[in-house]
Formats: sequence, C-alpha cells, structure tokens
Amino acid sequence: MSNTNSLSYVRKEMLEQQPAPRSQVGFTRWVRENLFSGWFNSILTIVSIFVIYKILAGTLPWLFGGVWDATSLEQCRTILTERFGNTHYACWAVLTERWNQLLYGFYPETQYWRANLAFVLMLASLAPVLFDKVPRKMLYLTMAFPFLLVWLVWGGTIWGVTSVAVGFILGGVAFKLVDRFGSMALSTIAAVAVALIWWLFIGPSVVGGLNAVAPLGHLQEVQSRDLGGFMICVIIGISGIALSLPIGIILALGRQSDLFIVKTICVGFIEFIRGVPLITLLFTASLLLNYFLPPGTTFDLTLRVIIMVTLFSSAYMAEVIRGGLAALPKGQYEAADALGLDYWKAQRLIIMPQALKISIPGIVNTFIGLFKDTTLVMFIGIYDMLGLSNAIRANAAWNGIYWELFIFIGLVFWICCFAMSQYSQWLERKLRTDHR
Amino acid sequence: MTTATNTPEDHGFRLSQLIYDTRYRSITIQVIAMLAFMLIAAFLIRNTIINLSALGKDIDFGFLFNRAAYDINQQIIPYTSDDPHWRATLVGLLNTLLIAVLGCILATIIGVIAGVLRLSKNWLTARIMTFYVESFRNIPVLLWILAFMAVLSEALPAPRAFRGEDPAASMWLWDSVAVTNRGTYIPAPVWGDGSLFVIITFLLSLLGIWAFGKYSQRRFETTGQILPNFWIKLAIFFVPSILVYFVMGRPITLSYPELKGFNFGGGLHMRNSMLALWLALSFYTGSFIAEIVRSGILAISKGQTEAAFALGLRPSRTMNLVILPQALRVIIPPLISQYLNLTKNSSLALAVGYMDLRSTLGGTTLNTTGRELECMLLMMLIYLIVSLLISSGMNVYNKSVRLKER
Repeated sequence: MSNTNSLSYVRKEMLEQQPAPRSQVGFTRWVRENLFSGWFNSILTIVSIFVIYKILAGTLPWLFGGVWDATSLEQCRTILTERFGNTHYACWAVLTERWNQLLYGFYPETQYWRANLAFVLMLASLAPVLFDKVPRKMLYLTMAFPFLLVWLVWGGTIWGVTSVAVGFILGGVAFKLVDRFGSMALSTIAAVAVALIWWLFIGPSVVGGLNAVAPLGHLQEVQSRDLGGFMICVIIGISGIALSLPIGIILALGRQSDLFIVKTICVGFIEFIRGVPLITLLFTASLLLNYFLPPGTTFDLTLRVIIMVTLFSSAYMAEVIRGGLAALPKGQYEAADALGLDYWKAQRLIIMPQALKISIPGIVNTFIGLFKDTTLVMFIGIYDMLGLSNAIRANAAWNGIYWELFIFIGLVFWICCFAMSQYSQWLERKLRTDHR
Repeated sequence: MTTATNTPEDHGFRLSQLIYDTRYRSITIQVIAMLAFMLIAAFLIRNTIINLSALGKDIDFGFLFNRAAYDINQQIIPYTSDDPHWRATLVGLLNTLLIAVLGCILATIIGVIAGVLRLSKNWLTARIMTFYVESFRNIPVLLWILAFMAVLSEALPAPRAFRGEDPAASMWLWDSVAVTNRGTYIPAPVWGDGSLFVIITFLLSLLGIWAFGKYSQRRFETTGQILPNFWIKLAIFFVPSILVYFVMGRPITLSYPELKGFNFGGGLHMRNSMLALWLALSFYTGSFIAEIVRSGILAISKGQTEAAFALGLRPSRTMNLVILPQALRVIIPPLISQYLNLTKNSSLALAVGYMDLRSTLGGTTLNTTGRELECMLLMMLIYLIVSLLISSGMNVYNKSVRLKER
C-alpha cells in the first residue's frame, strides 16, 4: 500500500446510517418480490387480478343481494324485481324455508332434539379420541356412544341396544376368562361364541320380556326411510370411519402375513373392492343383497349401506396401512422378535404405533373420501343432501333453484372435510418425533 | 452353515402342537381361515340358489344376445336399438373409456399447471391455486358433476339465441364452436379421398420423432453435442403431414356447425352430459393431481437444483434432466391411483344421464331384462378388468422411471 496522502480524496469519518431504499423495504419490497419480480411474474399477477375481479364481480352482488325471506322462487323473483329491477340475485329463502329438511331429512320435527343430542354426544365422545388432553374417563362415553346413537336416532326402548351392548360385555368377559390359558386364538373364539349365543338365542327373548314388563326410555320409533339430509351422511360417515380402520388394519396385516391362504384371501378382497366403483357396490347392497341372505331376511337399507361403505373404505385403508408397514425399517420387526414378543404383542406395541403414525395422512384422506362418498347413497333412494336438493327442486315452489342449494351443501361438506384435513396435519406435527 | 445339534427329543406329534408350536400353528390358522372362507362362500351361494329358485330365475347370460330395444344417445361404434344387449354394453364401455381417457388427459394438464403454479413465487397466483385445490378436494365429486351440469344447461344460451339479425349469443372461435344449453358443437373432420395417406404420414412422423429422440440421445452420449431437440421434433411433427395434406389436394375438410331450424346441425355434437362429467371429473381429479405434483417437486431437495446450477445447467435443462426424472418417481404411483379413481368415478355418469357402462349394462339392460345378478356380476367384472389393465399398464411405466439400483 502506497502513501495515502497521494490519493485525491479519502473519507475520514463514518457516514450516517441511511434508511434502506424505499423499494427494498416494507410493502413495496413485498410487492416487488412477490408480485412483480419478472415479466412472467407480472403477467401472472395481472391475469390473477383479472380472474379475481371477474369472479368477485360476478358473485358478490349475487351473494349479498339475495333474498332471505320468501316462500317460493316466484315470490323471490318478485321481490328482487321490485328491489333491483332484475332477478340476477340469490334466493336464499330456500334455505330459510328448507334448512331443517336439508339437515334432518324427513325426521319428525318434534323429535329434532334427539338428532341434536346425538350430534352433541358424538362431538363429546370424539373429543377424547382426537385430543389426549381431554379426561380419559370420557372414553366410557365413547364406548357407549354407538348404542346411544342407535337408541336416540331410531327410537324404541333402551333394551334393544342394551342387549347388543351386553353381548359385547359378555364376549369381553369370556375373552378375559379364557385368556388365562394363554391362547389368543382360543379366547377369541370363546368371546365370539359367547357373544353370538347371547345375540342370537338369549338376548331377543330377554329384550321381548323387558319391553313388555318395563318399556324403559321409550322414544317414538323412526323408520330408516325417514332419515336423510346431513344426518344420514354423518351417521353413515362416522360408522364407516369407526369400522373401516380396524378392518383395514386386519386386512393389511393379512396381506403382509406369511400365511399363504390368509394372504390370498386378503389380496383378493382388497383388489376386488378397489377395482370396482363404490356405486356398483351400493347397487349390490340395494338390489342383490336379498339374494345372498337366507330367504325371508329383511335388512335395513341404512345398515346395508353402512356395511358396503365400510367394506369399500376398509380396502383402501388396508392399502394405506400396508404402505405404512412397508415403510418401517426391517430392524423394527427384528428388534420385536429379539425381545421375544409374540406376533400380536409385537404388532400392538412396536409395529402398529409407528406404521399408523406414518400413514396418518393417508388414513385421514381415506376418511375424507368416505365422507364425501356418502353422497352416492342418493342413487339408491336414500335422501341425503343432494337427493333432497333434487326433491326440493321437484317441488313447484322451488323449481329451477340450483346454486343456493349447491352452495349450502358444498359449504357443509367443505367445512367437515377441511376440518378433518387440518386435524390430520396438526396430529402429524404433534406426533413427529424425529429431529427438527 | 451350522445346524442346531441339541434338537429337542422327539416325542412324536401331539395334538397340542397344532396350537402351541409355531411350526404347525400357521397350518392350523390357514386351515381354519380356509374353512371359514369356504363356509361363508357356501352359505352365500346356497342362499343365492335358494332365492333364485324361489323366484323362478336361473343364472343365464343368454339375454346378452337378445334385442336391446333401447337407444343410446352417444355412440362411438354404430348402434341401433335392434342390436343385442352385448353391443349396448360395448357402446357403454367405450363411452366409459372415452370419458376416462379424456378426463385423465385434462386432469393431468390441469393438475400439473395448478401444482406448479401453487409453488410459484407469485403470491397471488399461489393463493388462487390453493383456493382451487382446497375447494375442489373437499367437496364431493357428485356435487361438482351436478353443478357443472347446472352451469351448462341453465346458464348457457339456447340455440334460438343464435338466430336473427342481431343474435343474443354468438359462436366462438371465428364461428366454429357453438356453445349452447343443448350441448357444444365443434367442427368435425370430414375424411375425403386420400386422407388415409395424411394419417399414415402423421403416424410415420410420430415414429420419426421417436427414432430421432433415440438418435439424438446416442449422438449426445458419444459426442456430447446437443441438438435443438424440441424444434426438430416440432418440425417432424408438423411439416411432413402438412406437406402431404397439400400434395393430396387437401383431402381432410372440416364440417362446421350451422344453425338449422331450432337446433344446430353439422359438426360434432358434444352433449352436456358428457361435457359436465368430463369437466367435473377433470377439475376434481386435477386438484388431487396438483397436490401430488406439488409434493413430488417439493420432495426433491434444494441441493439437487443447486448442484445442477453449479454444473452450469440452464434452468430449463435443470428441470428436464435433474428435477423431473426424480420427481416423476415420487409422482407416478399416486398418479396411477388418481387415474383409477377417475375411471371409477366416471360411473357417476348416472347423475347427468351420460350413457356409460353403468347406465347401459347396469341401468337399462338390468331394468328391462330383470337379470340383476348377471348384470351386476358382469359389470363388476368389466370394471375390475379395466382397473387392473390401467394399473398394470401404468406400473410398467412406473418401472421404467424407477430408480435403477445396482
């Protein structure tokens, strides 16, 4: 370095700190970086703004200019013509008039409290399953809920559902008793046998007697064909979800097992169900099931649908869980063997907790798919929300009304499904134990 | 190889070994499973036989060769109501396959665009795509089909709106496409004399593109020189066919839709039922594919892009040579199941009256012949075969892009 004095100018003191250029801070910078960072990006932004403007300009007046108070589409249009001079606005009155039908179907109006109570109980019994901060004692409510649901929704005395519950309890007791001899298979067989004996031979007569002597908690009976709307979606959806997970786990284990015959049966079942559309299975349930059952058996249509939907989604569930099982490192299986755990203990304590955790997104996606698929029951004569929207439109007063109903139905489904997917993401974050 | 020297003393076979000895237990379980399966199957079959005989029916597929006596409004192969049921079934199957193929193509296009744009640096575009994906994914496809049908049949102008001096509606794309509430009319090709040559030339140029791809790959591997692949392929695609087209004296002409009386005539009529089903299935499945594409691209670590840049690859080449081949490996398997879902969801055609397999074999044929069991079994079998064919075909492709581990 030569002598600094020979240079013409050298700054001796520090400059004051300057604020960043305006284009590099705050909103301007954000806009520059996120909306106009290049020519392509700018075009995208302009196109996006145009699309948003078009959509909002088209829908907002329609949405907010709507009429909430009318008894028919005709009246709606009269009001709109008076108010705006044209009828390009929504007629929400169909919802104020028919919301109860969309939610409850043809359920007797005086009995709505039962459906509401069942819904609240459902939320309460789901809480301990979904969130581990909720007191564990609530799980007793969860166990009792299926029986409460049937009793509340379909009515009758409490003895019918109690008898079914007693069958489960007796089976459980038998399992415990035989389990002392140390054989899983034997105790399972004993449990199933005891429960079946109760359900088929002892239970019905006991129920008949109790109904005659003390018709406790008698509620007005409601036929399955009167169920509908959002309610039937929830009933089918929640039963399918609750049943398809265990069946799916068993199928997945069967598919992964070394036992050739068990494996073949499971693979055949899974591939068959996954290969045909749900709608053909539903038609099978409504058209063909009477052929497969002993002559004279009548079978509630709702129950048939629940069984078919459950079978359908359990096949998908099995594939999702199989993916989780396959993703587990082999060392986990070997470690379980090395600890001397038998098959079921290894599955319960080591394999399943990890495999299920891996497959949470897939499981919840299957649940969401199942819940959305409940709309398909419309085709076999169950009035779900979409079926009801057709029925409402068939009424002369509301002939020609589409969007208001579609938006309502879509919103209800959107809220349920979006909540499920958000829950699954939350659960995934909570259960993540790897390094962050 | 060592063997256990202290083998347990042989007490002979005891019955309890069937339960407690792991060597025999698996046989016990399998025999029980087999017995249970056969019992259930026997139970179902016995019931079916009893029920059928009580109704005086038998299992007979002969009805397939009887006169169908119903019309199908969309036919890919010629069909009249005098044709037998099997031909109606075939027409339905072809309609199902048509909607499946068209749907898969459009859904892939929509899905890829939406998936890539959702990752875009443009905040606004990414938000719009998120909105699209979340709204379509979380609402049943049946609702979308009905909604699209309502748009097409309620919001579009009737054919008579196109009439008169100052029509309320006009045709699109230089008077070649008419969008009406009775369906969309598009120009239809008319195959004149010599059009066969054009088609053959076109197919040959496709072959040429494939051969050129091989050649340029080999040239690249031996000499390291890169040809402008895209432009050359584009030229092979267009030039020979267009040349032959003019040499043969323009044999292929288009028949444009024209207003005749109260409706359009000429051109190709795409029914609203088909359009609604096609668009709804494509947008619905597209939202799932968008998520698959997005997660596939995100699954490739940023280091790959940086490494490619460090090697001096341009962004387009980075995408083609580094990112896409790896992302495809993640994308393909779930994409297969989306294609399968779309094919199976096409059975919802019932909601809009599109005559697919379910509406012909499982609908009108079933109702007119009263043979539920045969129709349902046959329909399930056909769907099963289609599904298995799609999945095995896509699995072959999946194998070709899979990581080759050595």
